[in-house]
Amino acid sequence: MVRTRIFLSTTILAACTALTPLQAAESLKVGFMTVRSGALAAGGRQMEEGLKLCMDEHRGVMAGRKIEIITADTAGQPAVTKTKAQELVERDGAQVLIGPLAAFEALAIDDYIRQTKTPVISPSAAAEDLTQRKPNPWFVRAVGTSAQAHHPLGEYAAKDLHYKKIAIIADDFAFGHEIAAGFQRTFEQNGGKVVQKLWSPLNAAEYGTYITQIDPSVDAVFAAFAGGNGIKFLGEYKNYGMQKPVLGAMTTVDEGILKRMGDEAVGVISSGWYSAATDTPANKKFVEAVRKAYSADPGYYTVGAYMACQFLNNALEQVKGDISDKAAFMKALRNVNISQSPYGPVKLDTYGQPILDVAIRKVEKKDGRLQNTVIKTYPAVSQFWTYGPDEFLKSPVYSRDWTPAK
Amino acid sequence: MRAPSFNLLSWLIAIAALLALPWLVTSDYYVNIASQVVIAAILALSLNLLIGFGGMISLGHAAYLGVAAYLSIYLTAHAGFGHLAGALIAIGATTVLAMLFGYLALRASGLGFLMITLALGQILWGVAYRWASLTGGDNGLGGLKRPHPFGLNLMDPAIFYYFALAFFGIALWCIARFVQSALGQSLQGTRDQPRRMRALGYNVWLIQWLSFVFAGFWGSVAGLLYAYYHQFVSPQTLHLTTSAETLLMVIAGGTGTLLGPVVGAALVVILKNVVSAYITRWLILLGVIFVVIVLFMPEGLVPGITRWVRSLRSRPRADKAADTPSIAKDSAR
Repeated sequence: MVRTRIFLSTTILAACTALTPLQAAESLKVGFMTVRSGALAAGGRQMEEGLKLCMDEHRGVMAGRKIEIITADTAGQPAVTKTKAQELVERDGAQVLIGPLAAFEALAIDDYIRQTKTPVISPSAAAEDLTQRKPNPWFVRAVGTSAQAHHPLGEYAAKDLHYKKIAIIADDFAFGHEIAAGFQRTFEQNGGKVVQKLWSPLNAAEYGTYITQIDPSVDAVFAAFAGGNGIKFLGEYKNYGMQKPVLGAMTTVDEGILKRMGDEAVGVISSGWYSAATDTPANKKFVEAVRKAYSADPGYYTVGAYMACQFLNNALEQVKGDISDKAAFMKALRNVNISQSPYGPVKLDTYGQPILDVAIRKVEKKDGRLQNTVIKTYPAVSQFWTYGPDEFLKSPVYSRDWTPAK
Repeated sequence: MRAPSFNLLSWLIAIAALLALPWLVTSDYYVNIASQVVIAAILALSLNLLIGFGGMISLGHAAYLGVAAYLSIYLTAHAGFGHLAGALIAIGATTVLAMLFGYLALRASGLGFLMITLALGQILWGVAYRWASLTGGDNGLGGLKRPHPFGLNLMDPAIFYYFALAFFGIALWCIARFVQSALGQSLQGTRDQPRRMRALGYNVWLIQWLSFVFAGFWGSVAGLLYAYYHQFVSPQTLHLTTSAETLLMVIAGGTGTLLGPVVGAALVVILKNVVSAYITRWLILLGVIFVVIVLFMPEGLVPGITRWVRSLRSRPRADKAADTPSIAKDSAR
């Protein structure tokens, strides 16, 4: 009798141990916060496309674990974003979050993800301080910061293009302010001078009043716009007969909106950590897949979400699909190192921010469509540019009123 | 017009259901939704004071929610004030703001009043958006830790729910008392017959102004709870859409009734946060529901359903019930 009991308990014990690897094979729930309604919905759709493409590439399995994506619409409102994060984590049991889209949404859930210790991979929110002055141990980003790509552009404009005087026109919100300040900092450091800064409201109906204010003595205009504003600005800029060359931010001539532009965009020089025209095997494969699936070139949001998903894959492979130790998984996520991707080689700094190759791009018309041809690459650009974290973090965050230290 | 008369039993059932809610729902997520409903309900109740009982349609009610939230987060998380001091200053300053706004907006009535409140609300939104050194601009303001009053851990969803529910109970009681008080009755008089009230010697402006400030006070209480709940505030909170959403809660639930705004708040919060997970086009659904409400019960959900129930109970006397909510209809239009 006793023997039977021992036998039984060993069997049960053995069954239990056998169960553990089975549990590891259980599907991993990933919460995905996108925007399906409101002004940001276009970007949200591109994010969904990018994520789906990456999931299809992995056939829904990463490091031997099935990945279950649970999507939530944040409507681009901070208060809803928080509720949606709770929904994903508390009700649906999401173990990792990809999202949200806008910086103010990411900031709205900052406390919540610290509290619940939920790893978050941001596919698009670019606000500098998320990985600088207010770093969150549970947050990594799969895109550059606002200014990360525009420090090189400032240097390029001064050193390679030999511009001396530039006027800046930018969207009047944090993203525009940060881009403009980053550009100004390196441009002036290399001998240039920003003589004028014009801030247009995010929902400006037309840009005529701003374009006519542009100082006629400048060498070029740096236009930093988000969403569809680049289309409107460049179109009107041409209609007003302006001849001064235009420099653009990454999102001014993003591939997501480039297809809706005409000849007015040709010749615009911009910078970005990604261009659909980058000539590497990894990127060609990616661009072809996007074109095939959605008959469009991948832009900022598509590639951001795609890379967020690749970050997840890379981290999961490091921990062999075992996410039960959150701290170890987070360490792996901060240790992401991808040698071949649409971005090129990527690794993260200690603040959870990617170090990326930044391309100087020029809009050209090839095969009947506009594209951002890469004309120069700055390898391994850090969010701190060449300043180093200590010096960089000493000065306040880039803002509307930011002026370079004398 | 009086609030619909509920007998003691249905009140007790409602209170018991509200208290038992954290046990009835299994997930913290739904408890959190309930907290949001309660907070939205306080805001809607205060707006209803203006719309339903005062006949003053305001499109700037988000001002009190937002200003109280900004102030409490700024004071406690960034300026080094304690929680109690921060909360009291936030509510006090917002009430003073309501005094000023009331002074400005009550120079006009009807459409003029609506436009002034709209403009004042948008000014505040602009300030929050622009004054980045104080408000963080469009990146918003965060960093608030929930307080621990009387040793209660408000980080626990159920405890926070009871905390918010307690405020809701007090707000409901105070607003009910206000409506029944002499001042509240005279407010309803100024809504229906301002000229006659004036002729009778009532100071119409003062009555409206006091009610406006009282409503602003409860709006600021909602704002304080909003700040504690979200621990974050951004210009979105002060935006016109927030004011309009609150207005929608009041109209959908039933203006000029005590419980209408509560039902409306539950409807909008649940649609926005829960139903949106299943239906992408939830905004369209909200629109359809609103149209249906306007078509079939233009006086709002609570008076509409009360009317239906009453007419079902006493079919022969159905015609008598139809003429009760005439004023609510006017303000709903």
